[in-house]
Amino acid sequence: MNMNMNMNMNMNMNMNMNMNMNIIETSGLGKRYGSTWALRECSLAVPAGHVAALIGPNGAGKTTLLNLAVGLAAPTAGGVTVLGGWPAGSLAALDGIAFVAQDTPLYRNLSVADMLHLTRNLNRRFDQASAEARLAELGIPPKRKAGKLSGGQQAQLALTLALARRPRLLVLDEPMAMLDPIARHDFMATVLTAAADDGVSVVLSSHVLAELERVADYLIMMSRGRVQVAGEVDELLASHRVLTGPAGEADRYAERPVVHVRRGGAQAHLLVRASADDPVPPGWEAHPVGLEELALAYLREPGAAALPGPARGRTLPLETGQPSEVTQ
Amino acid sequence: MTALTTPARPEEDAGLRPVPWRRMAWVTWRQHRAALAGVAALLGALAVYLWLTGLQIHHAYATACHPASSLACNINFAGRYAISVNILRVLLQAVPALVGAFAGAPVLARELETGTFRFAWTQGFGRWRWTLAKLVLLSVVVAAAAAVFSVLFSWYLQPFSAAGYSIPFATDVFDLREVAFAGWTLAAFAIGALAGMLIRRTVPAIGATLAVYAGLALATALWLRQHYLTPLLTTKLNLPASAWIINQWYTRDGKFAFPARGSQIINALQQYSCNSSQLSPPQCLTQHGYTWWASYQPGSRFWPFQWIEGGWLLALSVLLIAATLWLVRRRAT
Repeated sequence: MNMNMNMNMNMNMNMNMNMNMNIIETSGLGKRYGSTWALRECSLAVPAGHVAALIGPNGAGKTTLLNLAVGLAAPTAGGVTVLGGWPAGSLAALDGIAFVAQDTPLYRNLSVADMLHLTRNLNRRFDQASAEARLAELGIPPKRKAGKLSGGQQAQLALTLALARRPRLLVLDEPMAMLDPIARHDFMATVLTAAADDGVSVVLSSHVLAELERVADYLIMMSRGRVQVAGEVDELLASHRVLTGPAGEADRYAERPVVHVRRGGAQAHLLVRASADDPVPPGWEAHPVGLEELALAYLREPGAAALPGPARGRTLPLETGQPSEVTQ
Repeated sequence: MTALTTPARPEEDAGLRPVPWRRMAWVTWRQHRAALAGVAALLGALAVYLWLTGLQIHHAYATACHPASSLACNINFAGRYAISVNILRVLLQAVPALVGAFAGAPVLARELETGTFRFAWTQGFGRWRWTLAKLVLLSVVVAAAAAVFSVLFSWYLQPFSAAGYSIPFATDVFDLREVAFAGWTLAAFAIGALAGMLIRRTVPAIGATLAVYAGLALATALWLRQHYLTPLLTTKLNLPASAWIINQWYTRDGKFAFPARGSQIINALQQYSCNSSQLSPPQCLTQHGYTWWASYQPGSRFWPFQWIEGGWLLALSVLLIAATLWLVRRRAT
């Protein structure tokens, strides 16, 4: 009886931990460099168990947010916790987070084997066997200097080192910027396998939308130092529709929050907040929206926002800013 | 039931023990073995030279210098080796600066310059622990190497001191001796580490290290060192050769007359025709009613001065390393 209860409790605890924990949580987070705010008033709760894509144009604050989350930078305002409540940069946080920085910095004069040994010495856990196996699979010779590897191999080595630490959160900053299409594919395949098999939560930033569409199930969009959109991809797609109708009526259309207006000849395309059940006005057609289209619309409307409310982590009424009109 | 709803921190974290310090030994060695090999090569080559010429010097002293004032000693010992010893004394002044510049400055500057700090500082070991372990390990190693080297240098120089050709307090000898030399090497390393953290680029950090070290060493030699302990005052003309005379002046009838340098003493020496006499200026002027005064540090204060210099250099190094750590801890990328 007792044992049974314990088992249940453990199971519940684990469930609780995995499902409801926020892998990254920020409140009023801001970072200023000189007089420029790279990030401001960022309140975000990324639940565990997702492959979260952080997208936005260059200079939107993606790298700043990730640096704050992994403890490389200290906030100017607000705070950030990770792995369900640990302060970013604390030993517990560092222990559970593996970070692959932009351009995958490695010690170029160290051999691949030495990089493995080094990383093993710097961490409590290190899965040497799996790391060696993965490198062998990739055909990366252990004796070669890290600086002599190709860009794709360096990225794979950095990822291998990160995953061998058995992290609970893998943070990747523009991991594929330097890679050719095949290397990108291989890289993402490794990330997705880790996410699926080992339950690693992933947060990766990119300014290339196309490469995220297939992999991300959580989306964070940033623009000009602010978080614009945050939510599960399925929920975001379900709560947005593209309405197509006569261009002349577009301005009158104000029943629902409009994110973005695109005019093409006689027709106007409106991205609106609406579910499939919402009524469509006469003369207009409703279509589901794709992730790339949705992302592009928000990128073009830096003033628009779709964020969960103060009580985090659940589906909540979406709010919006005032859309501006873009004519094509 | 509350246990089920508390935000869970996984059990493994509850007993989280940091990665053991000793793991940094291999990491530090692997990353800095080239710099350490450079230090070893520099000190090793100099040590071989000191050993080989030191044997000759000791032999020449043993055969020629009984007594040390003999002409044979002057020609066969001092005449033969004084120049090379004096050149070496000057060259060795650069050793701590080179250690600081080429072993100390790159430790953090290179990480910041190449971006690898983003790898190193996000590992489980922890950013400031990583820095502390590296800096302490490397600084202990270079200071110990310098201490061993300076013991050899003292042995090399010993015949010259014994023959009276080199006083222990000589500006270009004192800082090469045991405690002070280790202290200077340590301080140079710490200056390098902090410069690297502040400047974030290797080559400018090396330059800054050399400049700051040179300034500090000069200021110490020319001004600071003589104030470690209050100098003694004397009017006795027979000060031992080991004494370090800081200042000299003359009085007459209990009043200050003139300093030991300048136009006044030249006039006085001419007036009493001291220049043509066999006597030294103090002896001559004393005969004419002046009193010669000297403030000096006696040779017996050599070791207290060594420990004072080593002590403040150690304190300075600890301070510099603490400042470096503080910068690493609070540093915003």
